[in-house]
Amino acid sequence: MDKVITAYELTKKFGDFTAVDKITFDVERGEIFGFLGANGAGKTTAMRMLCGLSLPTSGVATVAGFDVYKENELIKKSIGYMSQKFSMYEDLTFRENLRFYAGIYGMTDKQIREKTDILIKDLNLQGNDKTLVRALPLGWKQKLAFSIAIVHDPAIVFLDEPTGGVDPVTRREFWSLIYQAAARGITVFVTTHYMDEAEYCNRVSVMVDGRIDALDSPANLMKTFNAKSMDEVFLQLARKAQRKGD
Amino acid sequence: MQPSIVVDNIVKDYRTKKSVVNAVKGITFHVDKGEVFGMIGPDGAGKTTMFRILTTLLIPDKGTASVDGYDVVKDYLAIRKRVGYMPGRFSLYQDLTVEENLAFFANIFNATIQQNYSLIKDIYRQIEPFKARKAGQLSGGMKQKLALCCALIHKPSVLFLDEPTTGVDAVSRKEFWEMLHRLKLEGITILVSTPYMDEASLCDRVALMQKGNVLSINTPKGITQQFGKALWAISCTDMYGLMNRIKSEPTVESCYPFGQYHHVVFKDEANGRELLAQIAAKGNFKNVVIDSIEPGIEDCFMALMVNG
Repeated sequence: MDKVITAYELTKKFGDFTAVDKITFDVERGEIFGFLGANGAGKTTAMRMLCGLSLPTSGVATVAGFDVYKENELIKKSIGYMSQKFSMYEDLTFRENLRFYAGIYGMTDKQIREKTDILIKDLNLQGNDKTLVRALPLGWKQKLAFSIAIVHDPAIVFLDEPTGGVDPVTRREFWSLIYQAAARGITVFVTTHYMDEAEYCNRVSVMVDGRIDALDSPANLMKTFNAKSMDEVFLQLARKAQRKGD
Repeated sequence: MQPSIVVDNIVKDYRTKKSVVNAVKGITFHVDKGEVFGMIGPDGAGKTTMFRILTTLLIPDKGTASVDGYDVVKDYLAIRKRVGYMPGRFSLYQDLTVEENLAFFANIFNATIQQNYSLIKDIYRQIEPFKARKAGQLSGGMKQKLALCCALIHKPSVLFLDEPTTGVDAVSRKEFWEMLHRLKLEGITILVSTPYMDEASLCDRVALMQKGNVLSINTPKGITQQFGKALWAISCTDMYGLMNRIKSEPTVESCYPFGQYHHVVFKDEANGRELLAQIAAKGNFKNVVIDSIEPGIEDCFMALMVNG
């Protein structure tokens, strides 16, 4: 199976401070990969390097086959990104947001039209497609933001704490969208503070003080750490941290 | 004994020229003295509106509420003196230091840090090394601890905590709840809200809330005992395929993914067991595991959301 992310001893220093300390891991095509760690463990810095937004200090990494040092502009074209604040324009409709982002990713008008029609049907948005994003419920915004993040069929989509604040049924509807995307071959790289969500991932890594201290399937991690839940695994690992806060 | 908080049929709408949002639609509950009471629900449940009404920052459209026997509308000054409030958004002075913030909040309540230091000692010690740092430069976990200290420094009788653990990592969340249980031992009544269902079990009683309504009020154990149906946990190698298969069956009442398992409730147990046997036997699915399990708060919340 081909690898969408490869990282070998990837490191980022800010002055004397080593934010990310020689992390080594691979993510395979179509995998749902959970990227966990306490606040301040180095998750955001690592993600920024993988998204081509920040140059590593040392180490090697490729994303979608492109080098993070030299080909970061190509990386940006091959990935999708959804932040916890999902950056849709509140005073545009979903249709307009979609057209805007798809345009930025270089899709043609025809492709955009076709994709929009499919998405509006798949998401049952008929009748609501002319509503301003501002007026939509939070759960809808999350689903739409995710659809926009993968509108250009990226090799991989990065989700940064995507499900905060919604009710448990909506949270699960969101996860079924993630499963669908993964089944289509889009790799999903997700951070979350909900440890039960970590159990939906195929594999999970846990960062502690800039290092990856554990990486395996949730079932194997629970076995290794003799824990009943991912919450217990996480607490055992994160309590070893020397570093405090963000 | 008089309850600490009494909420009787409170209604609150937010009106603009174009629209009306029914934020709270007739909520009733009470919180006993020294109780840790949780309002559990997603964004839009009405939790923050209830906090603002109880801390006298917002006047309800209908209904009455009291804190320590004082009416939230008439006796607002008396209430403000005796409660501590930690809003959902960090609301301390970002350009004052840790120590200056604490001294400021003590001062406006005519208290001193020394007077009530014993109450905050355990929490404050953890941020004391950074007492000369500006509050705006603290990490999320440390901001949360400072905000709790500032809400406690005048020794309130009732503590209002609006989503204190949202966006905080699992370790800090656990530490925060340990602090709350120590405060409960001091006799402080605590009303706390959270969107994390797993935190419900840390409360004495909870109100499950959704879209301005209360779905259920009970002890965490009482809530799960009311579930009233058999719950099955099922897993296999192809979880997405399994979900689609289960959902296509008419005898299935609900099927939700829960981490490594799908949680399934049947309309009819006999038909359900037949389906389970088919899933286990036919060889369509690999590594099938089927367990009968006890429901958690989240199972109950979803059942109540759907069935009302």
